[in-house]
Amino acid sequence: MQLDATVAAGAVEERIAVASNWTLIWWRFRRHRLALFSAGVLICLYIVVLCPDFFATQDPQQTDARQAFIPTQPLHLFDGGWNPWVPAIVGKRNPITLRMEWTTDPSRKTHIEFFTHGQPYRVLGLFTTSIHLIGATDPAQRIFLLGSDRLGRDQWSRIMHGTQTSMTVGLVAVTLSVILGVVLGGISGYFGGIIDQVIQRLIELLQSVPTIPVWLALSAALPRDWTPTQVFLAITVILSLVGWTTLGREVRGRFLALREEDFVLAARLAGCGRMRIILRHMMPTFLSHIIATSSLAIPVAIISETSLSFLGLGIRPPAISWGVLLQEAQNIQTLALAPWLLIPGLVVIVAVLAFNLVGDGLRDASDPYSH
Amino acid sequence: MTRYITHRLLLLPLLLLVYSFVIFVIIQAPPGDFLTSYVATLSASGTSISAEQIQALRHQYGLDQPFVVQYLYWLRELLHGNFGLSLEYRRPNADLIGEQLGLTVALAVMSFVLTWIIAVPAGIYSATHQRSVVDHVLTVINYIGVATPNFMLALILMWIAFAYFGISITGLYSPEYTDAPWSMAKFVNLLEHIWLPALVIGIAGTARLTRIMRANLLDELNKPYVVTARAKGLREWRLVLRYPARLALNPLVSTIGWYLPQLFSGSLIVATVMNLPNIGPLLLRALINQDMYLAGAILLIYSFLTIVGTLLSDIALAMMDPRIRMGM
Repeated sequence: MQLDATVAAGAVEERIAVASNWTLIWWRFRRHRLALFSAGVLICLYIVVLCPDFFATQDPQQTDARQAFIPTQPLHLFDGGWNPWVPAIVGKRNPITLRMEWTTDPSRKTHIEFFTHGQPYRVLGLFTTSIHLIGATDPAQRIFLLGSDRLGRDQWSRIMHGTQTSMTVGLVAVTLSVILGVVLGGISGYFGGIIDQVIQRLIELLQSVPTIPVWLALSAALPRDWTPTQVFLAITVILSLVGWTTLGREVRGRFLALREEDFVLAARLAGCGRMRIILRHMMPTFLSHIIATSSLAIPVAIISETSLSFLGLGIRPPAISWGVLLQEAQNIQTLALAPWLLIPGLVVIVAVLAFNLVGDGLRDASDPYSH
Repeated sequence: MTRYITHRLLLLPLLLLVYSFVIFVIIQAPPGDFLTSYVATLSASGTSISAEQIQALRHQYGLDQPFVVQYLYWLRELLHGNFGLSLEYRRPNADLIGEQLGLTVALAVMSFVLTWIIAVPAGIYSATHQRSVVDHVLTVINYIGVATPNFMLALILMWIAFAYFGISITGLYSPEYTDAPWSMAKFVNLLEHIWLPALVIGIAGTARLTRIMRANLLDELNKPYVVTARAKGLREWRLVLRYPARLALNPLVSTIGWYLPQLFSGSLIVATVMNLPNIGPLLLRALINQDMYLAGAILLIYSFLTIVGTLLSDIALAMMDPRIRMGM
């Protein structure tokens, strides 16, 4: 009995001993239940990024002033048996303000279907389809799962499209930061000397910049006639201007520490070129740290983009991002009338929370040989 | 110590010079100059201006000069304390900024104080009561605090206060004090209002600082000197506060360097949402209306505050840690 346990423990030990670095990281990351769950949330969000139209119930730009400020129509799945429906909306004109006031009426049901046909769209620019995840049985009927804004645009569909923009901004900005950080940090750490001094002073200067005011000024300087794509790219560049510094420092530190290691000396003596030493021998030892650090930088970029767009100086309408959506919620009177306009903010919080949890999990797992 | 501080103080003008150049590049970046917007403003109000007049004005303001010369002009005026005129308000920029600078600094400092008052005890409690219910609750609050953009928190609080309690929590004073001259009553009124925006601005920082404090203290609590002190019969809370807590505070002081500047720049959005008298909303308006010299002046003030914040933290750190002071 005891022998069996010893043999089993030995097998586990051997399994650990021969596992590769990445397998160990995965095993360690897997132990963080919350990080694993958050990774699932992020995967779902990026599926939306791939094809927001599939999840949207209608065109996110479709306006209808007569259907402004419609409250949320919560989705019900069962009605007796499996029969998904949402409560219908009833409008009543307020005799004093003369404003249409909408309420939901659960006694009248609008039936909906999954994988239904609706407005046609292109998937990743490859093919056209009209299948949507969700939609009313009667295609002419508009449904507002998360209510509508002051122009009668469907918030659910807009959030799906906003998710695409905001999540991509985060990813692209951080990718740029990583490239800048690794290249400049690497140069700084590998060569040292005057180049190192110059890059270090530059990093110090950039890190003491009052970020939000300077970002605002830079985005205000973008020409007004730029297309949404140009603005999008410019915003990501602006965000990564400061973002690379943290990573640059970290990479430099690693390079400085590794430069004197025996295996680097061995590689040099074996006649490896500079690029080969850096890419094949040094990079793999701190790649996991770079991944962990950048996964913690994405939420920072997302919050920054949201804040800039919220102030009207980031992504500009008609492009949709979470910040653009939250612009609708700026006015306190509007908020009192239509509190559901805060929902995009909750999406931001969930996404940022998920990134932070995954990032923390990765950071803890990134050094599998520590305890 | 004196040498260290003098050294840092001598660096300050140099940094400001670099910033002023970068800022001038940024404010010059949008197409057109301030005369273009001035002419646009005039024609919007129905006044026309001839091409010769524009040319004369252009010459008078040095706008026909090369970029570097224009920058030197601007710098010379700045050195004489002349921040230029605001196009939109038709008033000297220095006055516009001066009116709100005090409250901007007050808000950031208040936020800073609140952060430390909350974060340090919360961190100590979390560390000494590791894995207790309160520790878990604090951890959850911390994660959400970091994840919530502070303008979002401001919006939610404003909405709750307005929709459920029927009160408006914007501004820094009650309506009757807004234009009143300074008095004790106005000051008390300010204190009654300022804590909420200060808390909103500081929430993410508070969460982060609590986590740092908790982690630092947890490291210290496992060290042998703590066991020794406990074995000698020192009372637990006295032991924690006297030795490990003091050591755990050290890394926290080094966060001031990035935290204080972050508060200045973070207050911009919250001040805009909550309608606070602050240079943040002033900058936003100036940028949107292309009132570029006002924007430039405010950006310079922000940079100055940032540098001073970093400087203060470096000095605080040098006072606490002799290794830095001696340049080791």
